Amino acid sequence: MAKKQLVRVKVNGRERQAEVEPRLLLIHFIREVLELTGSHIGCDTSHCGACTVLLNGKTVKSCTMFAVQADGGEILTVEGLIKDGQLHPLQEGFKEEHGLQCGFCTPGMLMSSYALLRNNPKPSEEDIRWGISGNLCRCTGYQNIVKAVQFASGKAAQGGAK
Amino acid sequence: MIPPAFEYLRPTTIPEAIALLQQHGEDAKILSGGQSLIPMMKLRIARPAYVVDINRISGLSYIKEEGGFLKVGGLTREAELEASSLIRSKYPILMDTTHVIADPQIRNLATVAGNLAHGDPANDHPATMLALGAQVVATGSGGERVIPIEEFFVSLFTTALQQGEILTEIRIPVPPAHSSGAYFKLERKVGDFATAAVAVQMTLDEKSVVQRVGIGLTNVGPTPIKAKKAEDFLRGKKPDPPNVEQAARLAADEAQPSSDLRGPAEYKKGLVKELATRSLSGAASRAAK
Repeated sequence: MAKKQLVRVKVNGRERQAEVEPRLLLIHFIREVLELTGSHIGCDTSHCGACTVLLNGKTVKSCTMFAVQADGGEILTVEGLIKDGQLHPLQEGFKEEHGLQCGFCTPGMLMSSYALLRNNPKPSEEDIRWGISGNLCRCTGYQNIVKAVQFASGKAAQGGAK
Repeated sequence: MIPPAFEYLRPTTIPEAIALLQQHGEDAKILSGGQSLIPMMKLRIARPAYVVDINRISGLSYIKEEGGFLKVGGLTREAELEASSLIRSKYPILMDTTHVIADPQIRNLATVAGNLAHGDPANDHPATMLALGAQVVATGSGGERVIPIEEFFVSLFTTALQQGEILTEIRIPVPPAHSSGAYFKLERKVGDFATAAVAVQMTLDEKSVVQRVGIGLTNVGPTPIKAKKAEDFLRGKKPDPPNVEQAARLAADEAQPSSDLRGPAEYKKGLVKELATRSLSGAASRAAK
């Protein structure tokens, strides 16, 4: 077994660290070592985007990155969206607009949408579809996901989002 | 899927990285964006004993014009190319290309240099760089050497990079006035490799005659293909519909596709002709502006 390496990260605002094998994928680190199971493993081949998290403000597919690469970085997972018991406007949007059916893709969809709205608070429908093009959903046909993101964008415009 | 075990090395300077690559020879692989390497390790197609992560080397991420070249650093991500106003305004062919590579998350990590250094004819930047007449800077223990892109793609997954060398910069000649380009790709879905794609970069003279044209073909042969016959035909002619059609036909002749799950070879040849027509006319109309 290869020498273990210390990984220190800030996850959802909290400092975490662990010694891990270099081959440990970031998604396994998040789910099994940090025990944050909101991020999902879908395809495990960097196609589906269910494992999407933000690393230093950018979305990445955490199944296609080693945990050691994230050392020193800041990670935001779906668990970090809720603030003071209040759903994030995106989470509210997915609930209100039925942006999920089975829910498996939802954590990844939320993180990609979160990154999209941060860079582009008033996205067009095309911008939204482009922003979530690295996330697969096999239930909704995407229509209600687009509406959910539009809901959150509208809410932010009214000053509702933090 | 869990990749095989390896020793993880994280140099912070280019000389340190080169020393590690030389020390471990064939047992070492460079980890840059990792978006091709990690999937290959999961499938055991690649089993490096040592992974040299070059992401912490500073000063390798930039997009700038200098000394007559557009210079793209070895660690520049696709997403950075996509967000660059310089690329948007002066290099539409690069914007077209980066837009159709994988998906947003992968473009946040994947590097332009890695797209070339991987040596995969299904990747998109190789054809674009062939069209642009780019150069590749390889840095090794003996310093830098400059490799013309036409000499870079040796065979399937093999480039002119030597063991112990790192692709540190891509240089693209700054195009003269009345130049532009386009990249058209057919993919089955977002994130798929090209069924086929065609890159064109063109310079017109004051009479709207083609002065220089570069044509690159994606995923229709064991290496990316420079469609030289089509280029030779079009040089010195106006890019009007009959000439574009003839050049596109020649480009399709130069393609060497094989039949696979993306379609039969004959279909792909036809596709190259259609995509070449679109890229040639797209480049011509952009260049005329």
